[in-house]
Amino acid sequence: MDVVLLSRLQFAAATMFHFLFVPLTLGLSVLVAYMEVKYVRTGEKIYLSMTKFWGKLFLINFALGVVTGITLEFQFGTNWSRYSAYVGDIFGPLLAVEASVAFFLESTLLGVWIFGWNKISKKAHATVMCLVAAASTVSALWILIANGWMQHPVGYTIRNGRAELVSFAAVVFNPFAMLEFLHTVSAAYLLSAFVVMGISAYHLLKKQHVEFFTRSFNIALVFGLIFSVFVAINGDMHGVHVTKVQPAKLAAMEAHWETKTRAPLHLFAIPDEKNERNLIEIGSIPGLLSFLGHHDIDAEVKGLKDFPKEERPPVILSLLAFRTMVGLGTLFPILMIIGWFLRKRLTESPLYLKAMILAIPLPYIAIEMGWVLAEVGRQPWIVYGLMKTSDAVSPVAVSQVTVSLIAFLAVYGFLGAVGFYLIGKNAIKGPVAIEN
Amino acid sequence: MELQTIWFFLWGLLWAVFFMTDGFDFGIGTLYPFITKNNEEKRILINAMGPLWDGNEVWLITAGGVTFAAFPTVYAVMFSSLYSALMLILFALILRGVSFEFRGKIDSPGWRQAWDACIFAGSFAPALLFGVAFANIFKGLPIDQNGIYQGTLFTLLNPYGLLGGLLFLMLFLVHGALWLAIKTEGDLHERAANTANKMWWILLIVAVVFLISSWFETKLYDNFIASPLLFAFPLLNVLALLGIKFFLREKAYFKAWFSSSLTIVLCTFFGVIGLFPNMFPSNIDPANSLTAFNSSSSPLTLKIMLGVVIVFIPIVIAYQVWAYHLFKGKVTKKDLAYEEAY
Ligand code: HDD
Ligand code: HEM
Ligand code: HEM
Repeated sequence: MDVVLLSRLQFAAATMFHFLFVPLTLGLSVLVAYMEVKYVRTGEKIYLSMTKFWGKLFLINFALGVVTGITLEFQFGTNWSRYSAYVGDIFGPLLAVEASVAFFLESTLLGVWIFGWNKISKKAHATVMCLVAAASTVSALWILIANGWMQHPVGYTIRNGRAELVSFAAVVFNPFAMLEFLHTVSAAYLLSAFVVMGISAYHLLKKQHVEFFTRSFNIALVFGLIFSVFVAINGDMHGVHVTKVQPAKLAAMEAHWETKTRAPLHLFAIPDEKNERNLIEIGSIPGLLSFLGHHDIDAEVKGLKDFPKEERPPVILSLLAFRTMVGLGTLFPILMIIGWFLRKRLTESPLYLKAMILAIPLPYIAIEMGWVLAEVGRQPWIVYGLMKTSDAVSPVAVSQVTVSLIAFLAVYGFLGAVGFYLIGKNAIKGPVAIEN
Repeated sequence: MELQTIWFFLWGLLWAVFFMTDGFDFGIGTLYPFITKNNEEKRILINAMGPLWDGNEVWLITAGGVTFAAFPTVYAVMFSSLYSALMLILFALILRGVSFEFRGKIDSPGWRQAWDACIFAGSFAPALLFGVAFANIFKGLPIDQNGIYQGTLFTLLNPYGLLGGLLFLMLFLVHGALWLAIKTEGDLHERAANTANKMWWILLIVAVVFLISSWFETKLYDNFIASPLLFAFPLLNVLALLGIKFFLREKAYFKAWFSSSLTIVLCTFFGVIGLFPNMFPSNIDPANSLTAFNSSSSPLTLKIMLGVVIVFIPIVIAYQVWAYHLFKGKVTKKDLAYEEAY
């Protein structure tokens, strides 16, 4: 194996692992902030114990998000040094702004939140959690602006043998980044709703702490209902934009070989990359791909054959990732709507409760598949149309990356197991009663 | 002053603040197995840094981010050259970070022991390795004309590099012991103060040896000789170092800690001023060296980032000072009874 492949594997492992924890941090911080504000407003103790119970799960998850994030920040230098030198003028500031605007606030105030229960007023304490939630969303905004620039570079010029910044505003308001931000954050909120609903369902099924978990469930349900719809809507907008700026990705995720007007969408297909065709196409709906890509059933959609072979992304992976995400994305609003109708008699709906427990992993799968699509579909480019991944890698020895990759897999595998075990254990234990 | 010059010193300042803040966490984590007698004392130690360590660590992320933003070529060459050392630091930081959170979550001595080991390793390794890395930067690294590092992890482990590691370790140990003396009471407090006293002598010896070897091993003194006024910095540094001992005698632990903070910042600046304008000097050929002028971002980026830093860093400092102020009291047994304590 060469350094490029090893570095890609390592980066993929590190980001995907980071993103196992990030979405729950994003969403649960908002939910916990809501619960605490509710406690301050109403004075009802049940909201305080909700804040503490969900807060504890949040903190375990947060710790893993933090430690896995640090390695990512430095891997651009360790593993993608040519990339860093070439685009650092634009990409570097985005990471630096993220740290100084968001990470500081998030980390410092979270310390205050954990240890400050008796040091500041209730109101101030709830405000601190709101700021933590806001800071985590702001951090997502900046990192997605950075990623959005790699997907669709804007506001730069090539000068002095590298990409240099021309317009910071163009980079910050890059439409691709805005769509990624909306889609990723709503996906993260949706995932958190599923986690809260699933854990609540577990306790409701056992008929323990019924009041506590019915309320938790219902708060998450509203959140989930909104964002399950929102994620699909802006996912669709995202697709339209991808069609426009990354036509090769669209063609790959749809296994669309020939350039056509009124292009069909296959509900399922098995592509044969070698012979540039699909072995099987199931459920082809004429014109739907044109409609989804351009919102016009007669529009022309460029096929893979019109791209040089070495500029085509891996087709099977892109296609499967997209199908999985959208399939699940269709299921989620349905689950939420059913929940809406059952919300007043949850304990009498064991079947639905069981389904919601089993559903906990599904948004995780959807969210990871979304990233696989976005990143694998961008290949062979590290910065779309500007720099190839193979030109981006550091001049380091194969042995170094091999060792670090093995270390990543071992340490992350172990930490992931321990982390999810602790989250699960505390989730099952249930809330501690708060007297009076 | 040119933008690059401003950024060069801001870059140094960010690293200095990181060493000053997270430095005491590293020190406490390294002392942790040796200075405590039972689980309760261990928990007091962790909770003495509990509310602050994560905010401290963000100075590292910012220092890294600013290196990337203002000097992308330095970021690229430095981090890929120091690949293995940096990976070791990152893994150590991972273990340290999760240990605080995980340690108390299962009530079993074996479980706690495992995370105790991680807290120690995760604090000791970065303390030492940051020193090794910076000493090697002072000394110069084998960078060829293509900006490619012609060495291995073991190239870094030369005597001067290791001496730098030892210097950082001692700085952080004194710094950490002082913080503990501030945060604890009774027997533990006595032990912490004692440790600070003893470690101070070792620090003094290491610092003197380091300053002398720097004369022979590096070009750090050139800038000082060229403008002798700059010797004010190392002079102040010596005063700060002596100040630690002075305030320790007076049992004024906060002042001693403050002196120690100043010592760390000035030590970093001794190196940073000595390096200027080099950021990553080559010892193969000075022409291969990366400097603030040949590796910086475009003027536009430097200007925008300067705006960001001028607005946000003071805000950050304000709320971090507030957080330090909020948690200024001693950590007592009573504090450990809270559910939130680590
Ligand atoms: C959509 C959101 C998102 C995405 C795509 C990423 N992150 Fe992240 N990151 C977060 C959202 C986030 C967060 C929710 O804000 C975290 C999780 C836990 C935390 O403290 O903040 C975080 C933590 C976190 C930290 C630790 C901060 C701290 O100590 O407080 C670093 C250094 C990074 N991230 C860096 C990265 C890099 C270099 C990424 C890209 C390759 C990346 N993150 C992808
Ligand atoms: C956190 C969510 C993310 C996940 C799960 C993710 C996932 C992936 C995956 C799977 C790859 C490998 C693709 C391949 O090589 O076939 C990759 C590549 C890459 N991604 Fe992302 N990504 C995420 C976010 C980001 C962000 C926000 C950035 C930029 C700031 C980024 C920058 C990169 C880079 C530099 C590569 C290059 C390495 C490569 O192409 O293999 N990623 N990512
Ligand atoms: C059902 C409707 C959905 C549609 C039409 C849709 C559409 C898309 C499209 C076209 C992309 C590719 C963007 C790119 O290549 O850069 C994408 C990416 C992504 N999707 Fe979805 N998606 C849907 C549902 C979901 C769900 C339910 C989740 C997770 C819970 C999710 C999570 C993600 C993530 C994390 C990414 C990568 C980040 C990004 O590019 O925004 N999506 N989605």
